[in-house]
Amino acid sequence: MAEFTLPANSKIKPGKTVKAPAGAKRPKNFAIYRWEPDSGENPRLDTFEIDLDKCGPMVLDALIHIKNDLDSSVTFRRSCREGICGSCAMNIDGTNTLACLKPIEEVKGDVKIYPLPHMPVVKDLVPDLTQVYAQYTSIEPWLKTQTPPPPDRERLQSEDDRKKLDGMYECILCFCCSTSCPSYWWNGDRYLGPAILLAAYRWIADSRDEMAGERLDELEDPFRLYRCHTIMNCTKTCPKGLNPAKAIAEIKKLMIARH
Amino acid sequence: MTLRTPLSTVRGLGSSKSGTHHWWVQRLTAVALVPLGLWFVISVIGLVGAEHAVVVAWLGDPVTAGLLIALVIATFYHAALGMQVVYEDYVGNLGLRMAVDIATKLILALLGLIAIVSIVMIALGG
Repeated sequence: MAEFTLPANSKIKPGKTVKAPAGAKRPKNFAIYRWEPDSGENPRLDTFEIDLDKCGPMVLDALIHIKNDLDSSVTFRRSCREGICGSCAMNIDGTNTLACLKPIEEVKGDVKIYPLPHMPVVKDLVPDLTQVYAQYTSIEPWLKTQTPPPPDRERLQSEDDRKKLDGMYECILCFCCSTSCPSYWWNGDRYLGPAILLAAYRWIADSRDEMAGERLDELEDPFRLYRCHTIMNCTKTCPKGLNPAKAIAEIKKLMIARH
Repeated sequence: MTLRTPLSTVRGLGSSKSGTHHWWVQRLTAVALVPLGLWFVISVIGLVGAEHAVVVAWLGDPVTAGLLIALVIATFYHAALGMQVVYEDYVGNLGLRMAVDIATKLILALLGLIAIVSIVMIALGG
């Protein structure tokens, strides 16, 4: 059965509280999910009170400030700090988003930060993405053709055909969408999820690709594709403003078109 | 603990190459149920307090009987398809899922059949 409650060893306990130094002008609490695989202890929620004058405007700036100055063991992924690498995807204030694109001032009250929901946790805010990467590999996200490329130039694409990829090529694979989807929570072992289906449609919609039929064959499955019940969490949460639900709907329309 | 690669696990037994028909018929029956359901509710409200003979005469009309049978087929077919989706979503154990799905479909098929036979019997003056 789908599990609706956390197992006993995953229940979150209250953790430590670190107060801001006296004289902090703009104190703000950050409650951060902490879990160490080696300790054998349950996860806990540590609260760090920081002075917003000591860090930049985004949640990632606060996390880096906490790691640099308050507790170096706080663990999270980050790289580009400008919303193009997808590393710092996490659940902030109840919504999956990129910490580097989330302004602290948008959060009323304490800033609660958890890892992406319903994924195995490696440590603290770092989820294990092994399976979702394997799912990405499974849709063979590269141009597949039978016709060899012209000897003297690249494969051409009209401007109109190129426009069909807008709203899909921008996906940075942060997996905010897939991990916000209840269908992916319950059946993530077989359902591909919005991020992977968006990527799959990106290649189906590419005018240069010659394997649309084979790609659709691979997706036509009650679990791989049809677990999508248009809940729309994916589109609502996407930090890049993309619409995975629409891409999935387009795949379903193609399935009907060739049915 | 498995030593299979993640890609092997994800590919599993491959795509079943099915599900489109199920998805499409679920939507077709849903669309059909909108006018059929409205017609049925309005008709029943119109029959409130009517004599037995009036209701039997209403049901004896071929259009009424035909619409009612269409409503029964759409309702039970849609229910069977919908329950299958619910089981696929929430029942992870394959054996249990198949058992409840088969039981649900047989029960719904039987209930639909009984409803259709009842309509036919009344319509034919049973």
